[in-house]
Amino acid sequence: MDDEHAAGPVSTGALTPPPGSGIADWATDFDHTNEAYAAEAPAIWDDLRSRCPVAHTKRFGGTWLPVRHEDVSAIAHDTDHYSSVGVIVADWKPTVPAPQGFAPPITSDPPFHEFARRILLPAFSPKAVNPLEEPTRRFCADLMDGIVDAGGASADAAVDYAQNIPVRVIAHMLGVPPEDGDRFRTFIHRILEKPGQTGPVDEEDLMITYLDRIIEEHKATPRDDLIGYLLGLEVDGRPLNEDHIVGTIALALIAGIDTTWSAIGASLHHLATHPDDRRRLVEDPEVMTFAVEEFLRFYAPVTMARIAASDTELGGCPVKEGDWVLLPFPAANRDPEAFERADEFVIDRRRNRHAAFGLGIHRCLGSNLARMELRVALEEWLRRVPDFELSDPAGVRWSTGQVRGPRTLPVRLLRTVPSQGSV
Amino acid sequence: MRILFDREKCVGHNRCHLLAPELFDVDDEGYAVLLVEGDLPSELVDKAELAADNCPEFAITLES
Repeated sequence: MDDEHAAGPVSTGALTPPPGSGIADWATDFDHTNEAYAAEAPAIWDDLRSRCPVAHTKRFGGTWLPVRHEDVSAIAHDTDHYSSVGVIVADWKPTVPAPQGFAPPITSDPPFHEFARRILLPAFSPKAVNPLEEPTRRFCADLMDGIVDAGGASADAAVDYAQNIPVRVIAHMLGVPPEDGDRFRTFIHRILEKPGQTGPVDEEDLMITYLDRIIEEHKATPRDDLIGYLLGLEVDGRPLNEDHIVGTIALALIAGIDTTWSAIGASLHHLATHPDDRRRLVEDPEVMTFAVEEFLRFYAPVTMARIAASDTELGGCPVKEGDWVLLPFPAANRDPEAFERADEFVIDRRRNRHAAFGLGIHRCLGSNLARMELRVALEEWLRRVPDFELSDPAGVRWSTGQVRGPRTLPVRLLRTVPSQGSV
Repeated sequence: MRILFDREKCVGHNRCHLLAPELFDVDDEGYAVLLVEGDLPSELVDKAELAADNCPEFAITLES
């Protein structure tokens, strides 16, 4: 169960995909959108690292999966051979060409990338994010009120808590009503979890239609929020083009939500199954600074992707122009060549150069925000529910695709603290 | 001991500032700014090691 995460590298023989998964071998036929991959990804990475550091599949038109830190790092730093124009592996290749791509700057390549990133950096810098801590703490405290004051002995830590936090924070940043959060979740499911597999969607329900509407509303009534900031930007005396604005808001919405809720959910899953770590955080809150980074290392939610811009070589494998290449930062984070006791969760790990937020020029723009949300979410949960455990271990479901985290997390509340914080 | 900081390698992970605010600030874009020059006072050596050991881009090194 949870201890699968703490299992050491598989060294004897290959890990066999479960019957019925439709996967012949993880090294030559992997499918990262398959439930079987989601269920035991860390064991698959360990297996691949020990016998075949770069896996390949014919799926999605040909896709590579490196699992060593050195390979993942090399790709992330090599923007000449690997383009970001496609970052989510699917059966089709992106239609908006490099260097801008659909959602700048995450889909942009140099030199356009630097321009698109620099205009956003001030909005996500530590100084800009610090004032968001107070509203984030309030959102979390409200959610905990709902969970604890209801008087029940159980909750779904993913559905009732984790997934609501980034949705509210992003809605707050974009200046849209908190109720719009449900729509965000639908967009994300379609785009990230089941790319191209959810069937046709009505024009009215498309993310692009929604974004056009909220942008028009902001134009009609200018506001001091992220959309207002983008609409007010002038570059060489001209506003940003509309595609750029739409793409960047889409990015904030897609990239900032299920990634963060996955990190919060996975961390709560860990705490539900590791009483010693839970107690340590309650008794010694100072350790939170290190714990947050260890949660990010061990349960890094995000795997990115690139498209090979030209023929190249990766760990001895011949990558052809146009091939997809996955960038599994979570696998890099468990490479024993890069981390001491890589397969162990060490809550106060002092040396932790984890790559949860990526490496190189595309380092997660929202990393300061995500880190703050994760810390505050865990603090507020533990303040109200210092003791909890999984109520239905078999009912925990991990997401498929490039963002990994628990989508259902039923827990039993063993001890709760009333809302004033005084027992 | 002194700190060598390679600004070219910094991509703004912000780990050094979080762990060692006495030694590193961040600018308005979130890139690290080294606050000290020359030999470190002994009470800051531990913080300097933390900053170096947690930089994902290996942008911080210590020289004795």
